[in-house]
Amino acid sequence: MNHSHEPLIHIAKRDGIVWWKSWLIRLTGVVLALIVSALFIYGISKLDPLKVYGAMWDGAFGTSKRAWVTIRDTMMLLCIGIGLAPAFMMRFWNIGAEGQILVGGCATAAVMIYCGNAMPTWIMLVIMFAASCVSGAIWGLIPAIFKAHWNTNETLFTLMMNYIAIQLTNFLVSKWESPPGSNAVGVINLNTQSGWFPSILGQQYLLNVLIVLALAVVMFIYLRSSKQGYEIAVVGESENTARYAGISVKKVIIRTMAISGAICGVAGFVNVAGAAHTISTEVAGGRGFTAIIVAWLAKFNTFVMILIAALIIFLQKGAIQIASQFNLNDYASNVVTGIILFFILGSEFFINYEIRFRGGKS
Amino acid sequence: MKFLSLLQSAIVYGTIILYGAMGEILTQKSGNLNLGVPGLMSLGAVGGFIVSRAYEILYCGSNGLTPNALLCILTALLGALLFSGLGGLLYSFLTISLRANQNVTGLTLTIFGCALANFYGSALLQKHGGVGSLSLAVTSNAFRAVIPGLETVTVFYALGWLVYISIALAIFMQWFLNRTRVGLNLRAVGESPATADAAGINVTKYKYVATCVGACISGLGGLYYFVDYVKAAWTSDGTLEALGWLAVALVIFATWKPARAIWASYLFGALSWLYFYIGGLNRSSQEIFKMLPYLVTIAVLVFVSLRRSKESQPPASLGLSYFREER
Amino acid sequence: MAEEYAIRMVNITKAFGTKVIANNKVHLDLKKGEILSLLGENGSGKTTLMNMLSGIYFPDSGQIFVDGQEVTIASPHDAFELGIGMVHQHFKLVDVLTAAENIELGLPGKAVVDRKAIAAKIKEICDRYGFIVDPAKKVYDMSVSEKQTLEIVKTLYRGANVLILDEPTAVLTPQETERLFTVMRNMKADGKSIIIITHKLHEVLEISDRVAVLRKGEYIGDMLTADADAQKLTDMMVGRAVALNIERAEPKDLVERLRIRHLTVKDADGITRLDDINLDVNGGEILGIAGISGCGQKELLEAIAGLQPTEEGSSILYFPEGQEEGEELIGQNPRTISDMGVKLAFVPEDRLGMGLVGSMDLTDNMMLKRYREGRGIFADRKPPHKLAEDVVAALEVVTPSIETPVRRLSGGNVQKVLVGREIAMSPAVLMSAYAVRGLDINTSYTIYRLLNEQKKKGVAVIYVGEDLDVLLELCDRIAVLCGGRLNDIVDGRTATKEEVGYLMTYLKSPEEKEGQA
Repeated sequence: MNHSHEPLIHIAKRDGIVWWKSWLIRLTGVVLALIVSALFIYGISKLDPLKVYGAMWDGAFGTSKRAWVTIRDTMMLLCIGIGLAPAFMMRFWNIGAEGQILVGGCATAAVMIYCGNAMPTWIMLVIMFAASCVSGAIWGLIPAIFKAHWNTNETLFTLMMNYIAIQLTNFLVSKWESPPGSNAVGVINLNTQSGWFPSILGQQYLLNVLIVLALAVVMFIYLRSSKQGYEIAVVGESENTARYAGISVKKVIIRTMAISGAICGVAGFVNVAGAAHTISTEVAGGRGFTAIIVAWLAKFNTFVMILIAALIIFLQKGAIQIASQFNLNDYASNVVTGIILFFILGSEFFINYEIRFRGGKS
Repeated sequence: MKFLSLLQSAIVYGTIILYGAMGEILTQKSGNLNLGVPGLMSLGAVGGFIVSRAYEILYCGSNGLTPNALLCILTALLGALLFSGLGGLLYSFLTISLRANQNVTGLTLTIFGCALANFYGSALLQKHGGVGSLSLAVTSNAFRAVIPGLETVTVFYALGWLVYISIALAIFMQWFLNRTRVGLNLRAVGESPATADAAGINVTKYKYVATCVGACISGLGGLYYFVDYVKAAWTSDGTLEALGWLAVALVIFATWKPARAIWASYLFGALSWLYFYIGGLNRSSQEIFKMLPYLVTIAVLVFVSLRRSKESQPPASLGLSYFREER
Repeated sequence: MAEEYAIRMVNITKAFGTKVIANNKVHLDLKKGEILSLLGENGSGKTTLMNMLSGIYFPDSGQIFVDGQEVTIASPHDAFELGIGMVHQHFKLVDVLTAAENIELGLPGKAVVDRKAIAAKIKEICDRYGFIVDPAKKVYDMSVSEKQTLEIVKTLYRGANVLILDEPTAVLTPQETERLFTVMRNMKADGKSIIIITHKLHEVLEISDRVAVLRKGEYIGDMLTADADAQKLTDMMVGRAVALNIERAEPKDLVERLRIRHLTVKDADGITRLDDINLDVNGGEILGIAGISGCGQKELLEAIAGLQPTEEGSSILYFPEGQEEGEELIGQNPRTISDMGVKLAFVPEDRLGMGLVGSMDLTDNMMLKRYREGRGIFADRKPPHKLAEDVVAALEVVTPSIETPVRRLSGGNVQKVLVGREIAMSPAVLMSAYAVRGLDINTSYTIYRLLNEQKKKGVAVIYVGEDLDVLLELCDRIAVLCGGRLNDIVDGRTATKEEVGYLMTYLKSPEEKEGQA
């Protein structure tokens, strides 16, 4: 028979892959990304490619302060990724983390501004935490309700919610601006540090780390071991099976998005009260989008997210360091982020599919 | 007077969004949801910047030549189309050939494209001594040239020719999608790739071409922003990124119809600038007003999903990868 | 000499995987200008055979001749070129495009679509054969029959001389069927050759010149329709009864478990899927449901399980052990049914898409219906883990481990996991849909044994099946569905294969039913 119509390359979905092979493929992707990033940095700095990563290491961990900032920013990205994990596990495209972070941050800032110095910091922290949770949850709930009842496209809806949140933040910034005319809120409670995360063991950012790591553990357990986590997994896999098992798909969608939005709101709280001590759209600053990719690549595993988030932040900090050394701008960091994400995304293909060439054995 | 001034701002602003949205409509018609529009527009802007600078400043400036307006236009176009087209190709390769998730790939393209554009844009500025020191006057003027005969007409006197190109392109696209064989096949690919495949249409090829051409059209929006809106003086203030997301919103608002995107883009432009022309608004209420385009888009999104009108739905296979299962 | 045959298929063999042989050395001849009926039960390989003619599948071995020339058909495009067009059961149309646009899709031609020319050409085809197609009408505005007409016109427009219609009447009303037959006769008069796949004997007798019969992937034979009658065709189609020696105990202590009354179901398009079903299901017996696929079996089971919206007036009463009063199941969902204490086990047709979660391991699949058990927010995985081990041991499930995603198991082992889980809930009612489809002989017998064990325990077992031999040897009573109606209920011990086959394909008139009662 004539087989001329058969293609030379044959792509088939894999049934499964041993864990070490999949990690080897990912590692290859990361190494390739690092090489391309080094080339990019070499291109702009003419720095010896081998020394590039030394300089980057210096930028990320060169001093104790730098190391803590790197850790702090890793935690921030991780926190958003944790928030997105349940939504993505349910196959709900929450592109709205950016907005959920901002409303959480705004709520936190509001508490700091209106209740500052009026009560002990720990009570304020509890109130700020609750306020950021609630506002983030509301921001997540709105698209979820429409999705659950009318199947409104959540990708586009959550995307639009981001910009409404950005305008809301700008509105509040202009309301709270200080000094007047600066179009910025400035450091809130600069003198009293009321509502700021307290230093623990002399470390300014330790509380950020503790909160986010606690969330990571709780989310890991929630998704792995709780009844609700099980429901999320079933709904994500097949709504038909969920109905067969007596799971209310609508209820799960709405509940899960409330949780997802709430944790993204907490990320805003952690950033405003624990790092920025002010409010502006930079509180989210595009991290909501980066975290989407982190959460997706980590396949809802919050511990894998730590690795990916750390890798991205390390590269960003390193790129910023090199950029400033060579009198260039910080945008280099996101260029490098983009490169690494492209490579990890591409490597997923070789994990999920195998390529055979005609004529050879599989 | 106020109204005319608003109209003019609306058209200028709207044209940037219109290009972005037209590119995305073409892309989405092939079933690809590319969230990389802001990145593509930024790439288009910086591509135009880099290449036309190479001609106007590096080549002509250092050789003491007077830049030729036509060559300025051509170099800028070349740069914009090349950069944004390559961005589209990267997205196509990852999502179509490597079957990566479209949302994640698009977002990465936005992060990457915006960063790359701002990086090179700012770096070039810095080379020339900082903000305000580098402006491609000849290129900008060539693009801002007014159609002869309209110099004295209100509103129109301030519109560069890319505005008219965008309108013509939108009408052409509407006609192309509905009347031509290729347009018909493209819509079939976005609606039901399996049916298109069975009818002998090369689905992969259609998706690649539509996505890359779409990326180029979006890139033109970035170019227009650069040469006209900011008068070829680079700024890295995030405006273009925000406009890119508005372009994605406009696709929904126009319910995937290029002709409808024309007036819808001007409406978006007007909504974006409305605060400026309404008297007695302080800065905080202005910020609230700027929510309008997004609120309106959400309203349309909800309305479309409630009404379930077959004519206003996204392409049926939007966001899904297609591959023929092994027989 | 002019070639007498439009199509000759010789020694065609096609296998899927290593186990399933869909077509085994099949011959099929189609003369020019004839209507050939291709008859066979579900899974007899009719559609597979035709898909090889239309380029969807590629035969493993064998030859195809078109007009006397040996050809290779590797894609639907190749089939077009050879003048072969197939109308599939699932229409290949783009909803948002018009009739004319769908017809023109993918064809070469001028850059700008000339709507007038297309419309004229469509009109010419319509006039010649008696179709009615509005070229400007969008597909989403069309009825099923209009879509089918469009599909046929599309194939003719592309120059088809050989038309293959896959169960075209399954979706049509009697009037629409009549219209279809009229145009088929017109096409035949015009010299076109037509193959019609169908189960319905009266249609075979009415429309075709010749009948070819497939059974279990084998070519059985053909005869001129003039020489055929319903009984002869049924005999060819179902074959001689095969002794399977499935155990069947006498039912004892029958108790009414479900009383189904006036059950009517319409699908999203408003098409009636179940029409006024009245049926009693008893504990202690196996009730078989027979019927051509898509005659309402799925809707019946899903209505009982609380997954299917029903029409006004439908009623399904459940009678718990030792209770006179029945409880209404209509209006409940699986959750509330389970909360009512109704132990309803359901082995659905779509094992991995509904009954199990493919990406989850055995333990997690075991807890699908009982993950809510136990207090607290955490799911207790110890009992399901134990259950998974028990099921693996008891049913000899072949799996690398309990932690393996079920998607990676073979079809038979997937089914054992599903059936094992459902039986473990000690059900009062056990429903199964095509429980042995795709399974090897040994696994099939394991399933029969399990169902019989349940029956002996007093469970009301519902067995939806497609193999009449199995239905006749396993079931105590067999309810035969035909086109969404309950045609008759026969005794599994006394009914013959021919009788059931006839009931599946030939809907009794109300008078006939009256006479029986």
